[in-house]
Amino acid sequence: MITRDDVSKTVHDIYEKITQESFEEGDMLINALHAIQDHYGNYIPLEAAEALKELTGLPLAKIYGVMTFYTMFSNRPRGKYVIRVCKSLPCHVSRGDEVLEALKNRLGVDFSETTEDGLFTLEESSCLGLCGVSPVMMVNDEAYGNLTPERVEEIIDTIVTRERSDEE
Amino acid sequence: MNKAITVLVSVDSSSILMGARHYKNYLTSLVNKYNLDSVVEILETGSFGRYDRGVLMMLLPDNVVYSISSEKDVELFVTEQLLKGRRVNDLIVKDFVPAAAVETKVVSEEMRVVLKNAGRMNPRDIEEYIARDGYQSLGKALGMDPADVIAEVKKSNLRGRGGAGFPTGLKWEFTSKTDAPEKYVVCNADEGEPGTFKDRLIMEGDPHLVIEGMAIAAYASGASKGYVYIRGEYFESVENLRNAIKQAYEYGLLGESILGTGFSFDLSVRLGAGAYVCGEETALIESIEGKSGRPRLRPPYPPVKGVHQLPTVVNNVETFACVPSIVMKGADWFTAIGTPSSPGTKVFSLCGNLVKRGIVEVPMGTTTADLIYSFGGGIADGRALKMVQTGGAAGTFITPDEISHPLDFDSMRNHDVALGSGVILAIDETHCAVDVGLNLMEFFAHESCGKCTPCREGTRIIIHLLGEISKGRGTPEMIDQLYNIADTMEDSSFCGLGQSVPVPLRSLLDRFKDEIEAHMGVDACPAGVCRFKKPVKQKAKRW
Repeated sequence: MITRDDVSKTVHDIYEKITQESFEEGDMLINALHAIQDHYGNYIPLEAAEALKELTGLPLAKIYGVMTFYTMFSNRPRGKYVIRVCKSLPCHVSRGDEVLEALKNRLGVDFSETTEDGLFTLEESSCLGLCGVSPVMMVNDEAYGNLTPERVEEIIDTIVTRERSDEE
Repeated sequence: MNKAITVLVSVDSSSILMGARHYKNYLTSLVNKYNLDSVVEILETGSFGRYDRGVLMMLLPDNVVYSISSEKDVELFVTEQLLKGRRVNDLIVKDFVPAAAVETKVVSEEMRVVLKNAGRMNPRDIEEYIARDGYQSLGKALGMDPADVIAEVKKSNLRGRGGAGFPTGLKWEFTSKTDAPEKYVVCNADEGEPGTFKDRLIMEGDPHLVIEGMAIAAYASGASKGYVYIRGEYFESVENLRNAIKQAYEYGLLGESILGTGFSFDLSVRLGAGAYVCGEETALIESIEGKSGRPRLRPPYPPVKGVHQLPTVVNNVETFACVPSIVMKGADWFTAIGTPSSPGTKVFSLCGNLVKRGIVEVPMGTTTADLIYSFGGGIADGRALKMVQTGGAAGTFITPDEISHPLDFDSMRNHDVALGSGVILAIDETHCAVDVGLNLMEFFAHESCGKCTPCREGTRIIIHLLGEISKGRGTPEMIDQLYNIADTMEDSSFCGLGQSVPVPLRSLLDRFKDEIEAHMGVDACPAGVCRFKKPVKQKAKRW
């Protein structure tokens, strides 16, 4: 059971480490949110945002505003693997729509939804800057290019198999 | 590089996902197995600029490039080439012309200024950069008067490579003439323009070049702090830049009294978090300050009031990467390359339905046709070219008749062909102009920050209208309405995002009007892409 005190200490440690790079007030908020999100597994719990409020002196509303402005942050729990699939034109003209469909079908979810087993959250993304190997998606921080519907199935199957064997 | 043979393995993000790391490790293990490790050096390097042939490895001093697509290829490479010195012709990329960092004006040949080191050295080792004359330009600049550095950059007529083309030297001069307790230099590495991936490859392949350019800019404009603002999704770039900054501090090339000159410059990486609008410089500054990335009202412009309302130079990654060469070789050398209005080289991102996709650096003024056919290898699968989007999402759609125009900062004014951030997105005959337009406009609607009404609502209305046309419910008046929205958005949007949406929209309406109209009063999309959903006709009631 995670308590509020635990969260407060964790966030404090993260923030402490991050601010060593800081030049002036405020320039670390987004980096801190990244680090907190990485720590808690793809989302920022309310308790962590509250702890950050205490540390920065910023109103919670402002932290919430920043969190929800940027698409990489989430204030709701997401799957263990966040799949960001590119919807921009360079991927679209490389048969990217077939890849989108294949992902939706394989996972059984629409964009911004998480699979029932809590493994995957599917998100649409703007250009990921890998247009030389489009269509492209990222699974957490790993990129996959030259996708086809078949390759998408393979990638998801590999992750699912790995997860199942880890459980056993 | 003391060993007789060097193998450079291209390990950038695109190559990694084709197995570059795995092949490199396998190569290392085989080299050790055959006791070749005393003669063969294996190094990681950045991108060679193309991805159609798997993972690329360059063999030095032979200057031969191998393409590796399996473990078996690695085995052949080791047992034949390394062990017996016999070339494996099947694996050699024959049409690969190793781009030399030399000046040449022959069209259809690469000319590398910005990418001179990318793919030729280990980007994670500052000593390799220094061995390639790295940080010499900074040393030279620090021996000059700041005003002379600005004068040289002004004379070179270096213009912003992010897309707007504003003269870099002028920007620096504005900042240098302000009187402020603190000034900043910011590198815009929030590369989000769909189709653009050049900044990523510059940062992954040669991070020190960017740092050196920034330090020179700081010295010239009187700044002592700098930020590199990188997209949150660019994990490799962030890692490489952070590592490079750390090394530069260790070598006294950043921090207090650089090279003992009394000039101090602190540099740090800041992350974006998925917002296209943060590529707009004032939105980027807001984001650095820990706020939502909504653009500011301009003027005042960042060179006068930027980070914390203090003077700030904001330049693109590629712009900074041009600076060290200009300082070292002089403005005259730079202006001899490219076109009179737009000197220097440009890194183009080739993508879409091309045979060879990747990045290529060529002199300004190279034509779209040359980029598509000489470098891109033509259209994939033997199809015909239908349209090209040049310059990125906010760039122009052009027809195959217009690809012979040279691309530079003037081509927009002269031919209505945008240079933008250097994207060449080739689209083949199987695609539909309405569908392409709709996809693009969905991007803008998604990325509109919502601050101003013309952009927030304008993009939605455009999607509605194009959506109706794509469903077979279009009317000729809708085209007039689209033009009307374009005018409104251009006149009244708050920032560059909304103001530039009309550029692709108008170019699509102007040049592909026939095809758009061909969606009206018919039963199916001419290209067979759009799915028509006409209202079901009510059956007449029977009495």
